[in-house]
Amino acid sequence: MKTTRSIVRDVVRRYGGRQRALIQVLQDLQDHFRWLPPEVLEAAAEELGLPPARVFSVATFYKSFSLAPRGRHTCTICMGTACHVRGGAAVLEHFERKLGLKAGETSDDGEVSLERVNCLGACALAPLAVVDGRYYGQMSEAKADEVLGSLPSRGKPAASPKKDGTDEGTP
Amino acid sequence: MKPYRTHVLVCAGTGCVSCGAFGLKEAFEKEVARRGLADEVLIVATGCNGFCEKGPIVLVQPDNVFYQRLTPADIPHLVEEHLLKGRPVAKHMYVPEAGRAPVARMSDIDFFKRQRLIVLRNRGRIDPEKIEEYIAADGYEALAKALGEMTPEAVLDEVTASGLRGRGGAGFPTGLKWSLARREPAEPKYIICNGDEGDPGAFMDRSVLEADPHAVIEGMIIGARAIGASRGFVYIRDEYPLAVARMAKAIGQARDLGLLGPDILGTGFDFDLEVVRGAGAFVSGEETALMASIEGRRAFPMQRPPYPVQQGLWGKPTVINNVETWANVASIVRRGAAWFAALGTRTSKGTKIFSLVGKIRNTGLVEVPMGISLREIVYGIGGGIPGGREFKAVQIGGPSGGCIPKGLLDLPVDYESLTEAGAMMGSGGLIVMDEDTCIVDIALYFLRFIEEESCGKCSPCRIGTRRMADILARIAAGEGDPADLERLEELAVTVAQGSLCGLGQTAPNPVLTTLRYFRDEYRAHIEDKACPALVCKDLIAFSIDPAKCVGCLLCREACPAQAIAGERKKVHVIDQAACIKCGACINVCPAKVRAVKKTTGKARP
Repeated sequence: MKTTRSIVRDVVRRYGGRQRALIQVLQDLQDHFRWLPPEVLEAAAEELGLPPARVFSVATFYKSFSLAPRGRHTCTICMGTACHVRGGAAVLEHFERKLGLKAGETSDDGEVSLERVNCLGACALAPLAVVDGRYYGQMSEAKADEVLGSLPSRGKPAASPKKDGTDEGTP
Repeated sequence: MKPYRTHVLVCAGTGCVSCGAFGLKEAFEKEVARRGLADEVLIVATGCNGFCEKGPIVLVQPDNVFYQRLTPADIPHLVEEHLLKGRPVAKHMYVPEAGRAPVARMSDIDFFKRQRLIVLRNRGRIDPEKIEEYIAADGYEALAKALGEMTPEAVLDEVTASGLRGRGGAGFPTGLKWSLARREPAEPKYIICNGDEGDPGAFMDRSVLEADPHAVIEGMIIGARAIGASRGFVYIRDEYPLAVARMAKAIGQARDLGLLGPDILGTGFDFDLEVVRGAGAFVSGEETALMASIEGRRAFPMQRPPYPVQQGLWGKPTVINNVETWANVASIVRRGAAWFAALGTRTSKGTKIFSLVGKIRNTGLVEVPMGISLREIVYGIGGGIPGGREFKAVQIGGPSGGCIPKGLLDLPVDYESLTEAGAMMGSGGLIVMDEDTCIVDIALYFLRFIEEESCGKCSPCRIGTRRMADILARIAAGEGDPADLERLEELAVTVAQGSLCGLGQTAPNPVLTTLRYFRDEYRAHIEDKACPALVCKDLIAFSIDPAKCVGCLLCREACPAQAIAGERKKVHVIDQAACIKCGACINVCPAKVRAVKKTTGKARP
C-alpha cells in the first residue's frame, strides 16, 4: 500500500514540483483523500518546499477545500439568486430536516455530507440540488424525498454480508 | 467532413444534460440506425442552446425546426415522421402560450428572433469538442488575418476602433488596456482570461466556455499578438467542471494543429495557453486577487496602482479580460471594427449576453445589442412573468448591482445608464422578481453573500457588511427601528469608500438601490411589522380557513413539525407556536380547496 507521503510526492511531481501549483496539488490531493487531513498538508508543504503556514493559509481560504472528513455521498444545494427567488432556502431546510444535518455537516457514519454552494450557473433549473454530481432541477419537497430515497439507507449495516456462499447447501 | 442531408443537434449544455440530453442522443442514434438513415442523418451533441427552460432541446437542420422537452420515448415517432417522411411534429414544438399555434422554426420563436448573436454565434450549431467544426464555421480565419496580413499595431487599432469594452462588469475600453500593456518595456508579458464567473445568477461565461471554447482561444492568441504576450492563462471556477474539461481539450487540439505553441502558423510568433482551475472564492474574480490565485496564493486583492498592465502576474505586464470580451475579438478582426461599432449605443458598442432567470417565463441566455430596453428583454424575449403575477423588479449586476423597479423598465441597457440608475452592468445576470419576492429579503441575501465572501483584508468591508446584514436581519425579523434606514445608508458610504477592491466598493449597491426605489417596503417591515410579499418568516403566519378546509389530512401529513391537528372530514388547525413556517402545508393543499393561507401584519392570527 502506498504511504501518504508517496501519494503526495506523486501529485507534486505531476506539477513538476512548481510552488505556484499549490492549489492544483491540493485539489488533486482532496480528490484522492476526499478531504485534506493535517498530515497531508504537512507533507505537501515539505514536498513543495513551502512553509506549512503558506499551505494552511491557502487550504483554509478557498471554499472547495475541506479540512474535515467528507461523506461518501454529497448533497449540494444551490443558493444562487435565481434559486433563492424560486425557494432555494426552503429546499435547503427540507434537506437539513430529512438528513438531520446542517449545511456544512457530515453524518456521524460518514455516509452523507450536506453542502451549500453560491451558484452553479444552471439557473434555468432553479431551485437546484446536486446529489453525487447529478443535477436535479425544479426541486420540490416531494422530489427531494425521491432523490434522498435513492441514497443508501443510513445507519444500517451493508446488505448481504455473506457472498462467498459457504453457508449455502448446508442442511 | 462527410456530407449529411440532415443534422440533429442535441443540446448538451449543463441544463439539458441534467434533463437527460445524452439519453436522448443515444435514442436518436439507435432509431436512426434502425431506420437505415445513419448515412444521411448526423446526430451532434452541441454546446448550450440558451433556451435552457425548455430542455432537453433538439434542433433539426437545415429545416431549423426546434423541439423541446423531449424524452427518449418520443424519438421513434419523431424520427419516422420528421426524418423519414419530412413532416415536422407539432406536439413537441414551442407554444408561445396556451391556445396559440406551435412555432416550428427556431428563428420565429420570440426568444430567439430578437437576439443578435456575435459571441454566441456558434451556440447549438457546432460540436464544441471538435476543432474542425469551429474551423468550418469561419473559426481561426481572424487569427490567420491578424498574424498574416496585419501588424500588431493594426490589430490594436482595430480593437480600439470597435469600441469594445470589458464585459466583466466595469466596462474598461479593451483596446486602451491592450495598448497600455504593449507600451510597457518589461518582458515577458502575460494575458489572462477571467472565467471566475462568481455572480450568482450569471452563467454566460460558463456557456461560452462550454459551447465555443475555440472562440475564446482565438481571441486570446490575437490579443497576445497585439500585446506582445508569450503566455496566457484561462482561469475557470471550480464549480464549472465541464467548462474546465472542454477548454483543456480545446487547447490540446489547437496545439496539435500548430495554432498554439512555437511558431504559430509559420509566422515566428510563439504563444501558449494553460487552464487554471479556481478553488471556490468569489473574490478571485477581482483581477488582482485572481492573479494571486494563479500564483498559488490566497486570493487577496492588492492596491492599484500599479495596475496589472504595469505589474501583474509575477510583477510583469498582464492583460486580464473576461471570457465574453475575449470571445468578441475574433469577430471584430474578421468583420472589421466598423461593423461592430455600428451595433449598440454611443458609448457601449456591440452586444451583451444576459442570463435571464428568476420569475420569468423564458429562462435562458440571451445576446442582444447594447441599448435595448429592459422591457424588451423581460417581455419581448423573456415572455413576461409566469402565473399571472405582477412584475416587481429586475436585479442586474449580481451582488455589485442593484434592483431596478418597474418605472425604469424602458431604460436602455448600456454601461452608463445602468450606473446612473444605481446598478451596474456587472457580468449580465438579470434576475426577474415578481410580487412574491421580498425586497428586504433580497437585500439581506446579497449582504450575507458578500459578508461570507469578503476576504477580510479591509475592515470596512469585513465588519461593515456584517453590520449591514445584521441590521437587515433585524428588519426582516420585525425588530427594526426607523433609524435603521439611516444607519444602513451611513454604513454603505463607509464600506464603499473604505474598501480596496471592487467587491467592497460595490457591496452596498443592493441595499442602496432597494432603499432608493422600495423604501416603503422597508417601512412596512419596520413600522407595520408586515412583509407585503409574505416572505419574511418572522412576520408571516400560516392558517387554515375553516370555511374552505375539507379535512383531507394532506397538510397534517406533510407538516414536518406536527403542528397541524385535525381528523378526516373535520377542519384542521395550525398550532401557531409549533409552526416552523416551512410552507409544506400550502404546497400540498389542493388547488381547488386552497384552505391554507399566508397573512402578515395586523391580519395575522
